[in-house]
Amino acid sequence: MIKPTVREKKVFGIADVPEDTSFEAGYLVSVNSGWRSIRPVVNTEKCVGCMQCYLYCPDGVISIQDNKAVIDYDFCKGCGICSKICKPGAIGMERER
Amino acid sequence: MSVSAKTLDKNEYFYGHKACAGCGGSLAVRNVLKVLGKNAVAVLPAGCMSAVGFNFPQLCFANNAIISTFAGTASMLTGIEAGLRRRGIKDFTAVGFAGDGGTADIGIQALSGAIDRNDNIIYICYDNEAYMNTGIQKSGLTPFGAKTTTTPAGSNIHGNIRPKKNMFEIVAAHDIPYAATATVGYMNDFLNKVEKASKIQGTKYIHVIAPCPTGWGIPVSDTIDAAREIADCGLWYLAEYENHEFKLSRDPKTFTSVEDYLRKQARFKHLTDEDIKIITDSRDKKWEFIRKNWN
Amino acid sequence: MEKFLSGDEAFAEGIRLACPDVISAYPITPQTIVVEKLSEMVEDGSLDAEFIHVESEHSALSCAMGASAAGVRAFTATSSQGLLYMAECLYYASGGRFPIVMMNANRSTALPWNIYGDQRDSLSQLDSGWIQAYAENAQESLDLALMSYYIAEHKTVSTPFMVNLDGFILTHTYEQVDVPTQEQAKSFLPPYETENKLDLDNPKNMAFSAGPDTNYIFKYKEHAAMRRAIPVIQEAEQKFSEIFGRRYTGLIDAYKADDAEYILITLGSIAGLCREITDKLREDGIRAGVIRIRYMRPFPADEITEAVKQAKAVAVLEKDISFGNEGTVFTNICSALQGAGLTVPAYNFIGGLGGRNISHQNIIEIFEKMQSGKAGRVNFIGIEEGENA
Repeated sequence: MIKPTVREKKVFGIADVPEDTSFEAGYLVSVNSGWRSIRPVVNTEKCVGCMQCYLYCPDGVISIQDNKAVIDYDFCKGCGICSKICKPGAIGMERER
Repeated sequence: MSVSAKTLDKNEYFYGHKACAGCGGSLAVRNVLKVLGKNAVAVLPAGCMSAVGFNFPQLCFANNAIISTFAGTASMLTGIEAGLRRRGIKDFTAVGFAGDGGTADIGIQALSGAIDRNDNIIYICYDNEAYMNTGIQKSGLTPFGAKTTTTPAGSNIHGNIRPKKNMFEIVAAHDIPYAATATVGYMNDFLNKVEKASKIQGTKYIHVIAPCPTGWGIPVSDTIDAAREIADCGLWYLAEYENHEFKLSRDPKTFTSVEDYLRKQARFKHLTDEDIKIITDSRDKKWEFIRKNWN
Repeated sequence: MEKFLSGDEAFAEGIRLACPDVISAYPITPQTIVVEKLSEMVEDGSLDAEFIHVESEHSALSCAMGASAAGVRAFTATSSQGLLYMAECLYYASGGRFPIVMMNANRSTALPWNIYGDQRDSLSQLDSGWIQAYAENAQESLDLALMSYYIAEHKTVSTPFMVNLDGFILTHTYEQVDVPTQEQAKSFLPPYETENKLDLDNPKNMAFSAGPDTNYIFKYKEHAAMRRAIPVIQEAEQKFSEIFGRRYTGLIDAYKADDAEYILITLGSIAGLCREITDKLREDGIRAGVIRIRYMRPFPADEITEAVKQAKAVAVLEKDISFGNEGTVFTNICSALQGAGLTVPAYNFIGGLGGRNISHQNIIEIFEKMQSGKAGRVNFIGIEEGENA
């Protein structure tokens, strides 16, 4: 699957900084999980795999695996769009602790 | 075959970006790239999407992507399209993503030039109705009555005093091969227009409403509701321009309440009943014109 | 082949020989002939390039950057207000390390409006990160069109290149020019190859932001690359002379400076007249010399200070003024003199603004003032000191 991925953390010193402003596409060094105060939780009993949450997620963190929504919590910002869009009510929002 | 969640490319080309939670613009960019696929070459001017997507070494596009000058989305697209073609590369799509200010204000000259030359590019205007990246200032696409940080709402002036520029019809007036309006609220309609555009030779323009919860003053979970309601209440219309003709993609029998749409958003909280009547009347006038003149 | 060409036409011939893939340009006097000629060449098939009719200078350079980011050779040309209108893109192109070549027809900047030549347009952009060369005649214009790509695209440099031609005096004046063959040009200029490009097999994110931690490193590298252009300029000129038989002299062109006591430093097409007067003064026993600056960036500080170290006085004649200070060329030269520990008296002569003629007599007087020491630090030619309060 093509997707930007998190790389090993390092300090970019003079030898690592490229000569020009061009660099490998999809190079990530940080996640977004710290942004959340609430998190979506999928009730797999209720999830029908309709893919609406996948279609409307601004961060693309939902994939459908075995016909069920799966959330990448490293990059979910907890906006709750998936929960609102879900017709069967399979995604609840729970407080982060 | 029409585009839907099921047919969409499973790859994620725009990922790990730092857009605000619930950002409509990032949703538009993400899904357009899923329609165009890995050989999309994206140009993004200074603005929200470039600010949140390209902060070295956090680079959030899996496909080829480049930031242009604020005014230069279309002109850089032109150069890229010509350059890649000169290298003998055929299987690519040059696509631009500019905001409302980057399109209707500072970038309109370059956009007009590209359409005039009929360069083979797709230009997506993701419209969140103000300069959101710099902190919610009025753009040429800020609607009448909206409060922004440069059109404050007081007792003398109730926010922005001018209606939105009609970019769709401005672009169509160039006799562009294809132009369309859309909203991220009706994703299938939007993405099918993108798919259609990708198969047309020449310049294509798609104007998509992409709510900004921060700037509009709505909960971050309500982006899609707002993006649907703006079309449902008739303040936005879904249409296409093709073969020298305008065509509605959706002609609602009845509209939902303009007032309900406006009252949910903090940027419109100050509007008086009279302001709302002005907005509703202008909606009705526009639709009367559309229904009389368009197919 | 010998041809009778104007500076603009000669430059267009040079660009034809360099075979750019994409040309994007917007017309402005006195650059216009270049874009007219190039579009004729594309039409008649003598140049295989995409000619893009952009709607502004900003778009001209933005489009050229797009082409360069796509990995192909790009060309644009402008002048004066057009250069200023695209100024944002100048910094962008150098920061992105896009080795675009641009011809600039040196012209006065408004207000008051004026279409004639001075160098205030390009000199205002010295900090934009472009290599800046100044041609003296039509032959050098053509030759610089070819050499500029060699230098700009060199792997160790990868920096955009601006070639300046004095408006009208050079752009519109006809001279006998040797136009090389395409085969000769091909043997001189290798095809453009770079990793700094969009690539479907190996996707890139380009022209990104960089925060405080790394931003200064990018800027340092941009500076270092510009300095690396100095040996590459020598390399290009060596190869050029082997193929075309014409030898250039690097960052400066020194004339009778070796033993000169009074040296006039200038740039562009006025240098010919300065040399003529030098010869005349030499006949009278005055040890005069001329240094023509060929490159303002990278700046030839070492070359200039080495050439003037024995002088009793130097004068800088330039078609420029940085209001409230002095001519920018003069500022650069004074900095070089100071850096080399030279205390030679230096005088600045401002002339030719808005195309005003610089006469024989004006130049003789500059030499006289150098000898007598009766000159202010900054002197406007033709305006008496009292008027210059």
